[in-house]
Amino acid sequence: MGEEVKLFRSWSSPFALRIVWALEIKGIEYEAVFEDLSNKSPLLLQYNPVHKKVPILVHNGRPIAESFVILEYIDETWKQVPLLPEDPYERAMARFWAKFCDDKVLTSIWSAFIKQGKEQEEALVAAAENLKFLEKEMKGKKFFGGERIGYVDIVLGWLANLVSIFEEIVGLKIVDEGKFPLLYSWMQDFAEAPIIRDNCPPRDKMIVKFQALLDAAIASSSSSSK
Amino acid sequence: MEKPSEVVLFGTWSGSYCTRIKLALKLKGIPYEYVEEDLSNKSHLVIHYNPVHKKVPVLLYNGKAIAESLVILEYTDEQWNHAPKLLPEDPYERAKVRFWANFYDQKYKPSTYRVMTSKGKEQEIAIEDSYEVLKVFKEGIEKDFPRKSPLILNGDMFTLGFLDIVVGSSACNYKAVNEAVGVAQDPKKNTAFWSWVIAMKDCPLMKETLPPHDRLVAKIRSIFSHPPA
Repeated sequence: MGEEVKLFRSWSSPFALRIVWALEIKGIEYEAVFEDLSNKSPLLLQYNPVHKKVPILVHNGRPIAESFVILEYIDETWKQVPLLPEDPYERAMARFWAKFCDDKVLTSIWSAFIKQGKEQEEALVAAAENLKFLEKEMKGKKFFGGERIGYVDIVLGWLANLVSIFEEIVGLKIVDEGKFPLLYSWMQDFAEAPIIRDNCPPRDKMIVKFQALLDAAIASSSSSSK
Repeated sequence: MEKPSEVVLFGTWSGSYCTRIKLALKLKGIPYEYVEEDLSNKSHLVIHYNPVHKKVPVLLYNGKAIAESLVILEYTDEQWNHAPKLLPEDPYERAKVRFWANFYDQKYKPSTYRVMTSKGKEQEIAIEDSYEVLKVFKEGIEKDFPRKSPLILNGDMFTLGFLDIVVGSSACNYKAVNEAVGVAQDPKKNTAFWSWVIAMKDCPLMKETLPPHDRLVAKIRSIFSHPPA
C-alpha cells in the first residue's frame, strides 16, 4: 500500500526533532520538508493554520500538529518498537512526566538561559527543583522508558544536546553532574544512542543561533528599562 | 466491578478539572470514593499522591495515583476500556480530539481567566480576545468533526465523549460565571459553540455533576473579588 509520510520541520526545532527521532526509531520512511520559520511556506500555513508552527506530520495527505499529539499518533499507527508502555498506569505516568518536562522543566531552563539578574536566579532555583523530580524518577532505569528509549526520553531529549549549549553560552551550570548524577548519565547515554547521535543539528550552528537569541533578548530588555 | 474504596478521587466541588473526572468515572460506571479537598489547607494525602504539583484532581486506583486531568481521562479510558469509549478508535480522529482538547486548555481557558480577572477597559479587550480564540476553536471543531450536530462529539444525545467532557466541565458553568463576573456571553457570537454547550448542560449526567449554580456564583465572586452588583 502506498504510504506517504512527510514531516515539516526546521533544522533546529527541538519539537520537530522529537518526531524525527520517533520516525527513525520505528524505521518509518518519511520525507523531511525543511521550513524557514522566518518565511513560512503556504503549505505549512495550510496544514497548521491554528499554530503556524512545526512540527507537522502529514500522513497520506492528512496533517497532524503538536508534538505530543503527533507522537501518540505515530505510536498508534505504527505498532513496531512501541514508544509508550502497554500498561495503562505506566502510560499515564509517561504522559504525566512528558507534560511536566514541557510545562516545568523546559520553561524553567529556558528562563534560566534567556533571562538576566534576579529572574535568572529564580529560574535556576525552579529548574533545580524540577530536575530533582526527574532525578528521582530515573532511579533504577537507564532511560525513562526502561532499557530502551521511549516517549519521555524523546520528549526530554532536547536536554541532552541543548543544555550544554546553554551552559557554554551563559557560563552557568544548569545540570550539575554532582547534584544530578542519574540525569547527567542519562544525557550521555541518550546523546550517544546511534539514532539520536545521527539526528542532531550541528552544535556550532546551534551555538550561533542561541547566542543570537540571547543577544536579542538582552538588547530588548535593556532598551525597555531605559 | 470495583469496590468503591479501590477507586478514590481527590477533588473540589467547584473545580472544572475535577468535574471532568467525575463525568468520566460515572460514564464508565465506576464506583468511587470522593474526597473533598480544602485547597487552602491541603491534606497530607494530596501532597503525598501528587508531590510534583500538589493539586487536584488526583485519581487513586489500587494505591497508584494519577494527576493532571487530561492524563487521568486517557487513563480512565484505557484502564476501564469497556463502552462507552471516551476517545474514538481511529488514530487520526484521536489526534484531532487531543489537538483540540489541548487548544481548549492552553489557549481558550486562559483567555476566559483573563476576562474574569480584569476590569474596565482591560476586561473589554480580554473579552474580545476570548471571542477570537473561541472562534478559532469553533471553526476548527466544525472543520475537523463535520458530521456532528449540534456538535456532540464522539457521542450522541445520550453520552459524552472526551471533548464534550473537556469543554462541558467548564463551559457549562457559563451562567454562573456571567452572573459572578457581570459579563454576558454575546449570543450572536460563536452560536454553534454555545448550542453545543447548552445541549450538554441539558444532559442529565452533566446536570447532576456540575457544581450548584448559586454556590458557584458565590465561590467565583470570592476568588475573583467581584462583589455582587
